[in-house]
Amino acid sequence: MSAPREWAGRRLGAVPGGADDGDGTFRVVGKAMPRVDAVAKVTGTTVYADDLSFPGTLHCVLLRSPRPHARIRSIDVQEAAGLPGVVAVLTGAAMPTRFGVSPSSEEEQALAADKVRYVGEPVAAVAARDEATAREACKMIHVDYELLEPVTSIDRALEVPMDEPIHASSRDSNIHRLAAVEFGDVEEGFAASDHVREDVFFYEGSNHLAMEEHSATAIFSDGQLTVWSSTQSPHSVHRALSSVVGLPMGHVRVVATPHGGGFGGKVDPCAHEIVVAKLAMITGRPVKCTLTREEVFYNHRGRHPVLMWVRTGVTRDGRIRAMHFRTALDGGAHGSLGAATTYYTGALQPATYDLPAYRFEGCRVFTNKAPCGPKRGHGTPQPRFALELHLDKLAEDLGMDPVELRRRNYVRPNSRTVNGLRITSCAIEKVTDEVLAASGYSRRERREGHGQGFAVSAYLCGAGTPMYLNRMPHSEVALKVDRGGVTVFCGATDIGQGSDSVLATLVAEELGLERSDVRLVTGDTGLTPVDLGSYSSRVTFMAGNAAIEAARKMRTTLAAAAAEHSGGRPAEMTVAGGRIGPLSFEEAVAAAEELYGTLGSVGSYAPPPGISTSKYRGSAVGPSPAFSFSAAVVDLDADRVSGEVRVNKVWIAHDIGRALNPVLVRGQVEGGVYMGLGEALMEAQAYRNGLLHHPSVLEYKTPLSSDMPEIEYLIVEQPDPEGPYGAKEVGQGPLLPVVPAVVSAIHDALGVWVDEVPVTPDKILRALDARARGNDPRTGPRAFPKIPYPPCEKVAIPDAATAAV
Amino acid sequence: MLRLRVNGETHETLAESSETLLEILRERLGLTGTKHGCEVGECGACTVLLDGAPVLACLVLPDQIEGAEVTTVEGLADGSALHPLQEAFVALGASQCGYCTAGMLLSAKALLDEQPDPTRDEIRAALAGNVCRCTGYASIVDAVAQAARTLQGAR
Amino acid sequence: MLRLPRFSYLRPASLAEAVAMLADHGAQSSVIAGGTDLLPKMKRRQVQPAVLVGIAHLEALSHLETTASGAAEIGASRTLTSVLKDAGLAHHQPGYAQAAGLVSTPALRNTGTVGGNLCVDTRCNYYDMTEDWRTASGSCLKTGGELCRLASSSPRCWAISSSDTAPIAVALGATAVVAGPEGERDVPVASLYRDDGNAHLALGRGEILTRLRLPAPDGWRSSYVKLRRRSSMDFPLAGAAVALKIDRGVVEGCRLVLGAVASQPVELSDLVHGLVGQRLDEEAIEEVASGASRLAKPLDNADLSYVWRKRMVKEIVARAFRQAAMSEVAAVV
Repeated sequence: MSAPREWAGRRLGAVPGGADDGDGTFRVVGKAMPRVDAVAKVTGTTVYADDLSFPGTLHCVLLRSPRPHARIRSIDVQEAAGLPGVVAVLTGAAMPTRFGVSPSSEEEQALAADKVRYVGEPVAAVAARDEATAREACKMIHVDYELLEPVTSIDRALEVPMDEPIHASSRDSNIHRLAAVEFGDVEEGFAASDHVREDVFFYEGSNHLAMEEHSATAIFSDGQLTVWSSTQSPHSVHRALSSVVGLPMGHVRVVATPHGGGFGGKVDPCAHEIVVAKLAMITGRPVKCTLTREEVFYNHRGRHPVLMWVRTGVTRDGRIRAMHFRTALDGGAHGSLGAATTYYTGALQPATYDLPAYRFEGCRVFTNKAPCGPKRGHGTPQPRFALELHLDKLAEDLGMDPVELRRRNYVRPNSRTVNGLRITSCAIEKVTDEVLAASGYSRRERREGHGQGFAVSAYLCGAGTPMYLNRMPHSEVALKVDRGGVTVFCGATDIGQGSDSVLATLVAEELGLERSDVRLVTGDTGLTPVDLGSYSSRVTFMAGNAAIEAARKMRTTLAAAAAEHSGGRPAEMTVAGGRIGPLSFEEAVAAAEELYGTLGSVGSYAPPPGISTSKYRGSAVGPSPAFSFSAAVVDLDADRVSGEVRVNKVWIAHDIGRALNPVLVRGQVEGGVYMGLGEALMEAQAYRNGLLHHPSVLEYKTPLSSDMPEIEYLIVEQPDPEGPYGAKEVGQGPLLPVVPAVVSAIHDALGVWVDEVPVTPDKILRALDARARGNDPRTGPRAFPKIPYPPCEKVAIPDAATAAV
Repeated sequence: MLRLRVNGETHETLAESSETLLEILRERLGLTGTKHGCEVGECGACTVLLDGAPVLACLVLPDQIEGAEVTTVEGLADGSALHPLQEAFVALGASQCGYCTAGMLLSAKALLDEQPDPTRDEIRAALAGNVCRCTGYASIVDAVAQAARTLQGAR
Repeated sequence: MLRLPRFSYLRPASLAEAVAMLADHGAQSSVIAGGTDLLPKMKRRQVQPAVLVGIAHLEALSHLETTASGAAEIGASRTLTSVLKDAGLAHHQPGYAQAAGLVSTPALRNTGTVGGNLCVDTRCNYYDMTEDWRTASGSCLKTGGELCRLASSSPRCWAISSSDTAPIAVALGATAVVAGPEGERDVPVASLYRDDGNAHLALGRGEILTRLRLPAPDGWRSSYVKLRRRSSMDFPLAGAAVALKIDRGVVEGCRLVLGAVASQPVELSDLVHGLVGQRLDEEAIEEVASGASRLAKPLDNADLSYVWRKRMVKEIVARAFRQAAMSEVAAVV
């Protein structure tokens, strides 16, 4: 396999205390290498979930609700059950146990039994000899609905429910979650400010549009249930399955198949995964269900539409004194991870800017729409969009350069934020410098309709708290080494981001092997130790550190055996180049097997306790063992007459700690920029009369290859003290600054603000028209609704002493 | 009985008149390298070559393939030797989740067969019907350009 | 995955047999060439013909000829790609070739045909939806219902003509050759369409569009500008086709046809009539373009806002005029 010949990006920054590729300290880490599964993927031999087939498989189709909000009076399945070829018909009555990805929101039923809450909610399922028969049978199921008034907007959800609330658990309202917390004294901060500004923004919801439609197959045999699924979190599916089908965890195995894209859309346990399991148990035959594209839009769990209000006080010289941030999230019909999403809309504002006082009030409402959940950036792209544009406007008010305003408020390395987040490594200054230098932002060309925009962001390297409260490790790795080779076992799931390649890289580096010497078994709850899943950019940091721990233990064992065998001391046994001391790796393994018997080692990772000091309602959301920082400049032309935007180029600098494999890093950075451009300019999971506006790949607009600008990426490597070889995340961060930078560039080009995304041409023209009429040159939400936030929980600013981390 | 040639092999298979090439490849012939992401011609995941030209397998009926030569991703490599496009996709990370990869490779192959030295814009235009959600397309365009150079060097 | 409903596939040996088959099976049947329009609609159960009559293989529909004068005759089953690759067409009929090249994506142009794009079904985002979505929404006039979902009091269907090649064919004064039970007849492309989203083609039962005839340019220049969200794949949100004859800056003849703003291509003859004998300067273009925008009545049943689409008609008409005016006078005058 040849190494990449084309390397468009740049890697920047010295690597103190270590070495970059070139001086030989690392043999595998930092090298540009293909993915471990690349050849299988380009030859079509990778077996994805829908490619699996077992003898005698039944095919399952879900009947979905055509009503957004209705009580189910009765379901008659008799006719469907009688159709030749139909083997089983299932309704919610058979699976009353409720579940949800988050224990705080376990309100879903795999098949709705009492009421439906959105168009597309599954109400019954058929298993038949083939998909066509199952689909035909679904049409023969008669559901008697008693219609209820649907709630389809944040405003309506805040009113007293017309008929009944969407969920009985939210009592007499449709408010799912409220958050209110204040760090320091915000009013005092405003009083001490020279200038205070308020803005309102809206960020539309969007779907992940992973190219692979979800699919799952279940087999039940000898009391053991096995489910293969295109999931990002086999552990979550494992827990939900066990609970709903009523089998002990030890009798359920979930295998995450190679994955055709996730982006957060496959984190939740899904109805079809549970339904195929139940049907396999009923029929005794393998049962498969693959969603159609339309069903994927209904399953959703995508980006929350968020309305935002922000008020900030600054001094004349641009120092922020206080910030008050309010969010209102349209959650759709279920909780999903939405409680966490709500807190995320307030958590990371202080991760880029040193806010002396900060108040956050958040609210998530239930609506009769497909459930929202986590999408790349989980709850942080929306407030990042609002915050960055708000700062641009503040800078304009002050007559100050927007970059300079930010710089005056940047967080510092090794500090503690106002909301108690521990910041360790932090290259926010460096990513700013790099992206400004590369783009020439400060001396950009001024011509009609041309503009550039700048923004920065921060993102977590894994959620510091697990999705359900426990004190066990977040990631566990086992290593099997014997005369048959080296195998890494880890529950982590490669969803295309390359986590398998990262694990192999780290273990190979530790054991002095080539990456191709390391075999992987991942994402299989029956075979691999627990990993919580591929979400919150956690896998490199957490599974990576667990793998390093396991490998170091093994290295110690092998070195001891090699020393024993060769008569030297363990410390003299250099582990490198396929050798351990004087022995080949294989000889050392044989020696160790002779001495110790079966060789195995384990490693695990849980975030250190010091990552957060503040305790308040919601404080579990935000803390992370490390933060990545990104900065972007977007260059575009915007047409004054048509409102059309052409993005010419995006520069993005990302503080990754260390690039473990530049090929993978590039993919994540460019993919994040692409998705950010999509959300800035096109993507919308929008509704009309309670129905999805665009449930197709054609009408849900995303940029095509011919729409994409050039991307120049700059990788800043300043190793993180706790990251694996200093590495930090890259899967989500680079999306964040792109969206506000696009809108900022449009303002730079045309002098108008579009305070909501996606920025479609008509919105730009509306803002230009407003200016022509002498009105506020802006398109965007006018007001923020009145929300019954509870009194703010007052949290003391963390002790200066805790800032020394 | 439908006779069709796929990747140089002749197959005889039963197929309903309403079965598309996508279903025939995946479900009758076991060639699951061809993917599906919409089944109505909007995503490009099922792109295969029909007599050398990219078409969407989800919209091809048996009558259109009778006597034609179908090339799928499984037919790109020469034994264990990867096609230069596959090599470039591997080396440059142009396949991430890999789900669009088969379609991308075949659209790219048709381009290079016809235009051995395409500009980047020509590459982008040729791939404009193949949606990818992982890469942002940049590494894919680079890989096609690199494969073009390799193929030209071999000429 | 979405699958096709069951149907019988018939493979006629001749055009005459195809016509007979369609006549035999009546409303239960549909003709199929490339299938890129029909098959997705069948998968979404928008239409469910019991019989498909394949015509792509028929010789009578597959020839392509450009004469020395630049007149062209194109078989209806020629793929759009084959049209794009034809040097004669590119040279003599640049406006038509341009429009064909703007249809959908490369793979769909490899299967989609000249006849198929001229006949492409009207579109509406209450209609081009899956079966489940339409069940939730309720049926519309185009799916046998009583109500237009876009305009509930409307007695007619407002689905949009979404062909890229139809407006330019009308502007070029092209003729469609139609075969039917009564034999062949020539129909000006302008008369091929009806302003009814539910029955947009003026073709009789059993009739098949077999050829498209583009007249010799005879000094006319042509251009097509397509409005769409992205640089590929999307159907037109509006289209402007211009055919123009200019002598030393003075307009001798002009035709302007809008696409995707109504259920059929809209020719604005009265609007451009005043251009004849005038110099085609920016002011004149601006006036015609503004007039076109005023006359265009896009509705809220396609991507982006209809207000914007209406406004953009002015821009694309102006662009089309500028392009046509700049294009070289077609050769062999």
